[in-house]
Amino acid sequence: MHLKYESTLREPLVDGVKDYHQVTEDIISPIEAKPGKLWYIGFFISLVLLGFGAFSVFWEVYFGTGVWNLNKTIGWGYDITNFVWWVGIGHAGTLISAILLLFRQGWRTGVNRAAEAMTIFAVMCAGQFPIFHMGRVWMGFFILPYPNTRGPVWVNFNSPLLWDVFAISTYFTVSLLFWYSGLIPDFATVRDRAKTKLRKLLYGVASFGWTGSTKHWQRHEALSLVLAGLSTPLVLSVHTIVSFDFATSVIPGWHTTIFPPYFVAGAIFSGFAMVNTLLIITRKILGLEDYITIGHIEAMNKVIVLTGSVVGVAYLTELFMAWYGANPYEFDTFYKYRAAGPLGWSYWIMMSCNVISPQVFWFSKMRRNIMVTFVMSIIVNIGMWFERFVIICTSLYRDYLPSSWGYYRPSWPEVGFYVGTFGLFFTCFFLFAKYFPVIAVAEIKSVLKTTGKSYKEKMGKYEAQDVDAFAHDQAHH
Amino acid sequence: MNFSIYGCKKFVVGSFDDEAVLFPAVKKVRAAGYKLHDVYTPFPVHGLDHAMGLRETSLHTAGFVYGLTGTTTALSVMGWVFTTDWPMNIGGKPHFPLPAFIPITFELTVLFAAVGMVLTFCYLCQLAPFVKNTFSTRVRQTICLSWRSK
Repeated sequence: MHLKYESTLREPLVDGVKDYHQVTEDIISPIEAKPGKLWYIGFFISLVLLGFGAFSVFWEVYFGTGVWNLNKTIGWGYDITNFVWWVGIGHAGTLISAILLLFRQGWRTGVNRAAEAMTIFAVMCAGQFPIFHMGRVWMGFFILPYPNTRGPVWVNFNSPLLWDVFAISTYFTVSLLFWYSGLIPDFATVRDRAKTKLRKLLYGVASFGWTGSTKHWQRHEALSLVLAGLSTPLVLSVHTIVSFDFATSVIPGWHTTIFPPYFVAGAIFSGFAMVNTLLIITRKILGLEDYITIGHIEAMNKVIVLTGSVVGVAYLTELFMAWYGANPYEFDTFYKYRAAGPLGWSYWIMMSCNVISPQVFWFSKMRRNIMVTFVMSIIVNIGMWFERFVIICTSLYRDYLPSSWGYYRPSWPEVGFYVGTFGLFFTCFFLFAKYFPVIAVAEIKSVLKTTGKSYKEKMGKYEAQDVDAFAHDQAHH
Repeated sequence: MNFSIYGCKKFVVGSFDDEAVLFPAVKKVRAAGYKLHDVYTPFPVHGLDHAMGLRETSLHTAGFVYGLTGTTTALSVMGWVFTTDWPMNIGGKPHFPLPAFIPITFELTVLFAAVGMVLTFCYLCQLAPFVKNTFSTRVRQTICLSWRSK
């Protein structure tokens, strides 16, 4: 039955001496305990930020989008920058849960639950920006194709902005279903060991009456695999379509075919940085260092250095094409108004945060250093925010008509709205960390015997054996 | 619990703390000619479905059919709107611009497949927010089901 074992050369994914019960204890008991002081402080700060964001949004809806510092040429500023940034962050969660499942990367089991939660919260934050940019949000449903009494007037199915509506809402729905179907068995575990009446009731409702029957597990596995297969092209399509918002226009600096792969790589890059930011704190506070190990953090840093370099190559390709393409508008956009000019500082922040600084991760010592990883994860997210800002604003503030050239800086409701989405994101994440199993209990249990440290140590005798003797022994068991 | 009221079947419930013990037990019980009703596990035990002699699930096939439904829905609705219901001249482009329809078609394929599969999964496993399932109700249901199928 257990002919398969993992080489001791591979780093264990679960440290310490664990049996199945210990895994449940480690992951579920923080849910059953009262949260610590740090949790209350963090949650309170998040709520304050959320409140300020809600006020900024109220201000914008009440007085109109005029309170934002958008003007004639800069029709997209902070809002769309933030939209693309948040959507990008979400991509790492789907990459971990779907693409790494298809590639059979065992380390995903330790981080996938929290990363998927991050995806869902990030997409929720992202969605706010285009919705409130509509101005008259109560007309928001006009973006949906439904039979109406105005003709019927339909939406334009040729428009990338409409594709975005479909892409983002599908992405949110599918991510939510994928995440929740994985949570059902773990909620059942919480329910089955619940002592209080309220917890029994709530987790009973949340677990949908899951039993753990073998037939149900078989279907569950099939469902997870197909959802992973569907999410893989979906996650690539979402940022591709977001990049179409720009690439299908005729603005210099936007009208390029490199955008889809460049946006997807950037999205994964920023997403993994955010996963690192969140998990370094979560593992410390919840005491989950045995499950989210240095090995996990190193694996994510490897993805960061790869995608960061892909993004770097894309920046250089853009610069090369701006010169080689011999289009004077394209050339001016890149060499006069992006790398130089009044907003040139943002270009160099982007370059140094995204391309130069992640190169420290070529060194294993740096990849395995928690402090370096944490600081880098913040730097990368700042850099990726500036990437979107550079793409949007430095292409728009120098129009074809020099008389309309200007500068852009956000007004307080724009900044407040952005800060408010941090409040929304962290409020959701704090609730998640307290009330949800932060690590997929069932998945950790199913890889425990092949990748757990204490189990791998027992494999020494098999490692010493030669192949024929091993096969012979196993066959006669 | 008095099971005999449901017929004259007798049930034996076993409890195992490790899959290494469970697998030989499953094999032996089946070999001895007993009918295995179900095995409840806290995590997916690979190969247990085969050991119990369960057939493969056809949830994948259902997903494929849902996906195709999404593809056809997207293409036919967009096609009908732009060619029949309200044809518009958008930049002189054709009324049925297939390349421009691909993104939405793809998204709806994924959406239909995912939502359809999850709903089917919930239906097949009888999962819903207010379904009660503690161990004792599970055992009772098992008894009822086998009594009905007799």
